[in-house]
Amino acid sequence: MSKITDAREAVMVGRRSDGSLVRRPLSPHLQAYDMLQLTSALSIAHRITGVVWSLGLAFLVWWLVAAAAGEAPFGKAQWFFGSFLGVLGLMGLTAAAWYHTLAGLRHLWWDSGRGFDLPTTYLTGRAVLIGTGALTALTWLMLLIAWI
Amino acid sequence: MATFTLPKNSTVKDGKRHRAPTGAKNVKSFRIYRWDPDSGENPRTDTYEIDLDQCGPMVLDALIKIKNEVDSTLTFRRSCREGICGSCSMNIDGLNTLACLKPIEEVKGDVRISPLPHMPVVKDLVPDLSQIYAQLRSVEPWLKADSPPPPDGERLQSKEERAKLDGLWECILCFCCSTACPSYWWNGDRYLGPAVLLQAYRWIADSRDEATGERLDALEDPFKLYRCHTIMNCTRTCPKGLNPAQAIGEIKKLMVERQG
Repeated sequence: MSKITDAREAVMVGRRSDGSLVRRPLSPHLQAYDMLQLTSALSIAHRITGVVWSLGLAFLVWWLVAAAAGEAPFGKAQWFFGSFLGVLGLMGLTAAAWYHTLAGLRHLWWDSGRGFDLPTTYLTGRAVLIGTGALTALTWLMLLIAWI
Repeated sequence: MATFTLPKNSTVKDGKRHRAPTGAKNVKSFRIYRWDPDSGENPRTDTYEIDLDQCGPMVLDALIKIKNEVDSTLTFRRSCREGICGSCSMNIDGLNTLACLKPIEEVKGDVRISPLPHMPVVKDLVPDLSQIYAQLRSVEPWLKADSPPPPDGERLQSKEERAKLDGLWECILCFCCSTACPSYWWNGDRYLGPAVLLQAYRWIADSRDEATGERLDALEDPFKLYRCHTIMNCTRTCPKGLNPAQAIGEIKKLMVERQG
């Protein structure tokens, strides 16, 4: 006999018209629901950008370790971050970090008990998206100016 | 645990197509989830072509028309047909709502209808709600007071105290919100979900109730309350325009405030 790990298992068992037991299906969830609506889309994006940002920190650690290890390893790291793929990755990380920061502020605002009504939720949600785009562009504009 | 795919016995196959009567001009297809416990087969999607010129304006009108005129085996819950009983809650066009309040013309293309998401299916569009009812029972949704009521009348409230219950008492327990919540999908065995938490807050916010501390104690739990991640699907989908997310936010605030 398998162990029941979820209390909901009990209601997964039904009966046929003749009284015999039958396992009920689970109704479609992700398969049926509109997950691209702003509410859940921004929510899962918050989680994903959080993960991406954390993974990105591993690259920062590599960069610092390479700098401490000497000229040859640091050169390698510098070459990677300066390559097309490296710059693209860093741009993605910047966007993820800005999104996670702005969405985090939105959550903080909610936690203070404000901004729960639907029009405000959509307003702040769109503001987070626009803000992410604008601040990422601004960050890279400043970086490129400083670079060149 | 979060399982993003459906179990093997729950994947939905293609089903039958019931053609519209010849001569029908204004035809709309309704793609409806079907499962019959007696068949022993997987769920399927049946398509019903309906002549909208011969049908009422709401999705529930179409369902009743199908049951009356096309396929009497189609099973769904309905009662009041005016958004007050909460029986005909289901997933229509990707969002949970009441079939009686959803105009057919709001749906572009085929009308996809399935039961409330991530629930055990009794038959067709009828989900088993016993788990969610047990959770509602667990928050003891009734007035609890030690002091007796005045001998000559009711427990009185000021207008301001009464106003705090607006947006809470209107809930009809259709559970559109709870079954729209991904957190409730993955952790519904222990997380109470938006509908039940809104009910909990309805009694916490009631000036006549004297069990506020006890109620908050019962919710102080990593799962029951704090699996809410403010996804906001609940508020987005509520067919009565209520705000379960805000009610949950208020409970979380009270939890912090009482720590002093």
